[in-house]
Amino acid sequence: MNVEHRPAVPTNVLIVGVGGQGVIMVSKVLASLCQQAGLEVKQSEVHGMAKRGGSVFSHVRFGETVLSPMIAHGEADIMVALEWAEGLRWLDYLKRDGGTFIADTQQIVPPVSFRNRRRGARSGYAPATPAEVIDLVGNGFALDATRMAAGLGNERVANTVLLGALSTALPFPREGWLGVLDGLVPPKTTEVNRRAFDAGREWVQNFDRPAEQAAAAVAVPVSGDGLDHRLEITEAWCKGCDICVKMCPERCLTLNARHIVELTDPAACTACRLCEWLCPDFAIRVLTASAPAPALAK
Amino acid sequence: MQPQLETAGRVGAMSASAQRPLTGNEAIARGAWEAGVRVAAAYPGTPSTEILESLAEYPATDLHAQWSTNEKVALDVAIGASFAGVRALAAMKHVGLNVASDALMSQTYIGVNGGLVLIVCDDPGIHSSQNEQDTRLFCRLAMVPCFEPADAQEALELTRLAFEVSERFDTPVIVRSTTRLSHTRSLVRLGERREPEAVGFRNTPQKNVMIPSHARARHPLLIEREAALRAFVATTEHTRWERRSRQIGIITAGTPYAYVREVLPEASVLKLAASYPLPLDLIGEFCRSVERVLIVEELEPAMEMEIRASGVAVDGKAYFPRVGEFTPDVVREGLERAGLLAPRQAPPSFGLTAPVRPPVLCAGCPHTMSYMALRALNARVAGDIGCYTLAAIEPLRSIDTCVSMGSSIANAVGIAKAGTETKPIVATIGDSTFLHAGIPPLIDAVYNGANITVIILDNHITAMTGGQEHPGTGRTLRGEPANRIDFEQMVRACGVKWVRRVDSYDVAEMYQAFREAAGFKGVAVVISDRPCVLDPVRIKGPPLAVSLDGCTACQSCMNLGCPAIGWSDEMFDGHHKVRINAQLCIGCTLCAQICPSDCIRPTA
Repeated sequence: MNVEHRPAVPTNVLIVGVGGQGVIMVSKVLASLCQQAGLEVKQSEVHGMAKRGGSVFSHVRFGETVLSPMIAHGEADIMVALEWAEGLRWLDYLKRDGGTFIADTQQIVPPVSFRNRRRGARSGYAPATPAEVIDLVGNGFALDATRMAAGLGNERVANTVLLGALSTALPFPREGWLGVLDGLVPPKTTEVNRRAFDAGREWVQNFDRPAEQAAAAVAVPVSGDGLDHRLEITEAWCKGCDICVKMCPERCLTLNARHIVELTDPAACTACRLCEWLCPDFAIRVLTASAPAPALAK
Repeated sequence: MQPQLETAGRVGAMSASAQRPLTGNEAIARGAWEAGVRVAAAYPGTPSTEILESLAEYPATDLHAQWSTNEKVALDVAIGASFAGVRALAAMKHVGLNVASDALMSQTYIGVNGGLVLIVCDDPGIHSSQNEQDTRLFCRLAMVPCFEPADAQEALELTRLAFEVSERFDTPVIVRSTTRLSHTRSLVRLGERREPEAVGFRNTPQKNVMIPSHARARHPLLIEREAALRAFVATTEHTRWERRSRQIGIITAGTPYAYVREVLPEASVLKLAASYPLPLDLIGEFCRSVERVLIVEELEPAMEMEIRASGVAVDGKAYFPRVGEFTPDVVREGLERAGLLAPRQAPPSFGLTAPVRPPVLCAGCPHTMSYMALRALNARVAGDIGCYTLAAIEPLRSIDTCVSMGSSIANAVGIAKAGTETKPIVATIGDSTFLHAGIPPLIDAVYNGANITVIILDNHITAMTGGQEHPGTGRTLRGEPANRIDFEQMVRACGVKWVRRVDSYDVAEMYQAFREAAGFKGVAVVISDRPCVLDPVRIKGPPLAVSLDGCTACQSCMNLGCPAIGWSDEMFDGHHKVRINAQLCIGCTLCAQICPSDCIRPTA
């Protein structure tokens, strides 16, 4: 899967992931290696929100001469995704003809994907499976690098597994990669990083099977959208304690002037039943079509 | 020839005449060090933060580097050092210059004794800021030269040159960077440090003391200085006239230069070392040498307006956007609109989508409970600048305003004085932001008898920018011990009668304290006290786990927005039970304290 090496035209490698996964480490190894080979390199990244679990990218461009530090859309020769959905997010940067896609199938699902409280809601995470995506991009490799790294005893070296996979796509010798890697990782982790690198490299070299399935795709049966529901509030039992108002995820309840709870934003209510379960006086019942009577805990 | 490389060791230990991969920020620091800078000060702000962090890696015997409480203080410290006759630097992000601008507007009249350089980093595209203002307009207002490096090598050289220009033309100099330059790493040739002889304080009150009679005499000198600087910008080697096509010429400066070269390699280019003041004679000559001229500049048409005003017909913003960050794609599209490139078919999309991934408060972030409690208080919350601004979005969604550093407290005073608000009025402000610009408005609130609650979110660090020290941490930029501010004493000294320090991880105490504070008539201050989970040390306690037998899928814990809490595959009554990611969980116990069915426990 060697990328055609034409020194006059820079080679573009886009590395993406989630804050804290080691995107910058991967791009630093690559950039140092290119510099040792006497090539010009530019490496551009986002900082700032990176620590806060946001999306992180690093552009690495190398060749005889490199002008722009940024890769244009559809111009990445290789894309390395340390997290599955991040791979999909940046996929349109990949060259349509001959671009190489390398991704960890590991999913880091952002909290906002679990925001929906309706019955039977699906997580908002990427629906495309690795097999579908590899089919689509042609030259793609989806490996469970995180599980491979965990198997080596340190989940945090998943980025090095992917670095090993990346190494097969570029014309630098294995020893060169390992030399740079040794200099950039903490001495205590040199050995596990070397093994992770080789594991990723060998995975691609022995590649003859379809993409691995993601470890834990969140598939959820849909059982009614919960729209057909109403709240039954027994005013006489409500003592205005405010617990339901404070805890309602959608903020659709308020206390009225008489300190009795009221559903003031029925459109926002998802029938999540939190108010029903938290009410110490059983003053709220959530009646839905699929569960007309309040569910009782066993 | 193979460049000589150094891959190990700190920047401060790098030998001269070597080449090293440096970010723009590291190159700026190197340039300042080579220029013999003696005093450097800054307040952290993305994307400028690493400049001072990098300077602090050079020997303390070479220079004093410090975090200041805010950008104006940093600039005033640098000005003081300049008065004392040594080279001095202040670094800040674009909005930091707003804070420092009062000093700058006077200092431009005063000029310098030792060279005085401001590094100002703009954030086109608003990666991590509250706006994308263009520093070049500030340079024109202050009549100080605006150097615009196009890459890391130029960042080093122009910063070094800025000190010479500052002394030669008796002016502060601004070196303007952008996020892209500051955070792009490329190979840089290093030089030696040459520290000029310190000249000592010069007793020239007509120049150093800005009273009306002195200032009136100084203003005409600024206009003479502007003319001299125009001539300098025309002749410096960093202004380059690259003769190619006779049909099309591009005038540009800074990072867009690389995009122009990449996308339209045949164009003649006038790459300016500075975007203010403009070498109008040279520009006129360039324009006459080609049939058509375009100005390619990010954000405002700063150069375009001045060149047009000088009577030269050029175009720019007719084709290029005034908002957002430039990329090769943006420059290409502009050149296509201008008819200089054939419209390129957009690369076909794979048509896949990914979930939005907004930044979130970390697992165990001590800010989380403050906003859960505020949510329960149903308060009107004036927010401020810091990680905690993330509480403005779901699921915490409990910040109503966010303006600028330190605005929260005075905004709350205004909301209270307007008399229209029925909810309790609360200002939330981080420890570093409070020290930056929160103390004067707190005094104002007490002085004017405002009925507000102020929550100081004390996480013992400047967290948002990656964990920098400040006077509340008791350590300096170089990690040496320093006086540590006692927030409680300081707040009392401002005249606040109701002060309470609470543990940010104690849910009941937080609810109780917030309710009592909101009930107090006058200014009440709650100090919500817990260290940041990332800095200065990464906190990791025993993780919690959900007992799936007891979980009723109420998802109350998910109201916290903790990234360690997600859905499990098990369901209860059509809803997902929850699962805690043991890798991410730091054991803060907030979810366990909130869980109504008491099914979240520490793992054995």
